[in-house]
Amino acid sequence: MWAGKLTRRSTRLLGAGGTALPGLLAERLEPDLARGLAAQLEAAVLVTGTNGKTTTSAMLSRILTRAGRRVLHNRAGSNLMRGVLSSLIEAAGADGRLPAGLVGVFETDEAAFEEVAAAVRPQAVLFTNLMRDQLDRYGEIDAIAGRWGRALEGLDSSARVVLNIDDPLISTLERSASGPLVRFGINDTSAGTATEAELADALWDPESGDDFRYAHRFYAHLGHWHTAGGGRRPAPQVAVSEVAPGEEGMRFRLRIGESEALPVELPAEGLYSVYNALAAAAAASALGVGGETIAAALGEHRAAFGRQESLRVGGRKVRILLGKNPAGMNQALRTLQAEGARHHLLVILNDGIADGTDVSWIWDTDWEAQAGHCASLTLGGGRIAELALRLEYAGFPPARRPLSAEIGAALAQALEGLPRDAELVILPTYTGLIEVRGLLGRMPGASELWETA
Amino acid sequence: MSGEAAIVVDVLYPDLLNLYGDRGNARALVRRCEARGIDAAVRRVDIGDEWDDAGCDIVLVGGGQDREQRRVEADLLRRGGQLRDWRDSGGVALAVCGGYQLFGRSYRGIDGEIMEGVGVFDMVTVHPGPSVSRCVGNVAALWEGETLVGFENHGGRSYLNAGQAALAEVVAGFGNNGGDGSEGARVGNCFGTYLHGAVLPNNPRLADRLISLALERRGGDGALAPLDDEAESRAHAEALHTALHRSEQGRLRSALQALRG
Repeated sequence: MWAGKLTRRSTRLLGAGGTALPGLLAERLEPDLARGLAAQLEAAVLVTGTNGKTTTSAMLSRILTRAGRRVLHNRAGSNLMRGVLSSLIEAAGADGRLPAGLVGVFETDEAAFEEVAAAVRPQAVLFTNLMRDQLDRYGEIDAIAGRWGRALEGLDSSARVVLNIDDPLISTLERSASGPLVRFGINDTSAGTATEAELADALWDPESGDDFRYAHRFYAHLGHWHTAGGGRRPAPQVAVSEVAPGEEGMRFRLRIGESEALPVELPAEGLYSVYNALAAAAAASALGVGGETIAAALGEHRAAFGRQESLRVGGRKVRILLGKNPAGMNQALRTLQAEGARHHLLVILNDGIADGTDVSWIWDTDWEAQAGHCASLTLGGGRIAELALRLEYAGFPPARRPLSAEIGAALAQALEGLPRDAELVILPTYTGLIEVRGLLGRMPGASELWETA
Repeated sequence: MSGEAAIVVDVLYPDLLNLYGDRGNARALVRRCEARGIDAAVRRVDIGDEWDDAGCDIVLVGGGQDREQRRVEADLLRRGGQLRDWRDSGGVALAVCGGYQLFGRSYRGIDGEIMEGVGVFDMVTVHPGPSVSRCVGNVAALWEGETLVGFENHGGRSYLNAGQAALAEVVAGFGNNGGDGSEGARVGNCFGTYLHGAVLPNNPRLADRLISLALERRGGDGALAPLDDEAESRAHAEALHTALHRSEQGRLRSALQALRG
């Protein structure tokens, strides 16, 4: 116990981020620590899936806080066993006890879910979607689905299982679930339509072998699916309809169970944001939060770190949209493709472990759809030449020269060329986000004018 | 376009075998043809479709997971004779990763079950099982005095039988099996490789070779006008640097581990 606390203090003193290290040591010294601490939580929710974990967790935390719960969550991206453990250790008092009445909301890495679920014994688990992502690290997506299935079989039978039924790879997880199901999905087929260029990673039902067919596909392989053998997307208990662009973000109606559909003004763009809100609403309702509270809290959503985050730096407007796999990047790009819209873009491609060392995913991303919505292009990151080639293929205007892999130089180049009053949109991979966000924060004029929307 | 014959690229199972940006390969062929005033078209061949080989110039098949490979296995086997005839008649093909494995004689998968391949390449592939690490990382290989670059991610290890030529020689990375230094296979005008990235945009010489061979097969001289490949050259150099640098780091790490051990 003390080992973890002391390590956290020393990493802080050393100036390191200190998000993961204390847990790493404590995990070795006290293998049952996570189990012991998590058992003191009033409830714990694990949020996993390929895309949307961080934002969904942030939305869920906001809803629960508004409902008067005390929420403990891990930091964005620190979502392995040790990240969860670190947050528990940090919340514990000197006596090793957690404050009473704490609800844990833990964003959990797909591959770590089985281990974290076994230790935390959550009261609810939430699955957002399953798509190709960092295949060099995670292996093939079947392996992930298999591990989730095993994890579900090991859960307490009272644990609520919250599933995105528009993703057939998630929906069919209910075969492994013994606890009460909370199914969520979008009923409104006018909400969006997938393009031909989008890949589908769910092609057939592994159990029956039947192809998944779609009456409607929203994006990637999310949609209203069925199989020739009679398999079918079940009816959702938590659903949205009447999805439309709002004043600042998306507007839709949220229906929970048999209750009346409530209007929601979500200050976040794109259909993927609607899915995140829907997922958070479903998990919150599984924990007993009422619809009015959920709708109100969603209206107060603030962007999580680098996820549609808007800021002002020295009078310049900057928006950051993280993208690290084809489906996630396609959805981020879709928010920039309004009729006639043209954006000043800074795209950053790194190939660190946290980004995925295999950058081939950019060839699966639909950059072609963005080329006509680009006013100017600046590139950066360790794989800048690969990115330049890909975007040249996609028909983008030439990138600013000279090409500079160094992110600081690329950012300066992009800001320098930015017309007055124009907004710079930054599309980074994960480590690119960390670096560019740090650089922006240290710029003159950043501190007083940070603004998130 | 000019009076040049159109080049038709047939992609086998584009929904099932398309991992790791392999769709970039068809794009590269089309782009490099069109830049030279040669019309190019891409067609798809899915399960159950008849393959119009008479109308085809270049066959592409990409990578997939074990389960996608199983899904296409029977349909691909049905085309075995047609594909071997294609090979024997000078037909041009590029098979990548999972598709490359199925273009060999057989593939013993992760669960020990054997998938039969079409035998375009005289090669067998064996997955050593779930406890053995996959071959994952950046690759650089020597091919006809040039370099090939890409990324590999495969569990199966491929072994070329005597008489089956490799495509290239590994400089950094694993290649066919991480043991004998071979990467890929070539017979006639059929090429197999573990490299994705996608491989053709990053290796424009290889893309041009496929186009050139296809034009020759049509009775032309196969000569191609040079293109401005500045972006391609930069991307190739960056990938080469990444592969060499990372493998050097890898070697240092294993040397340190050996010293400690």
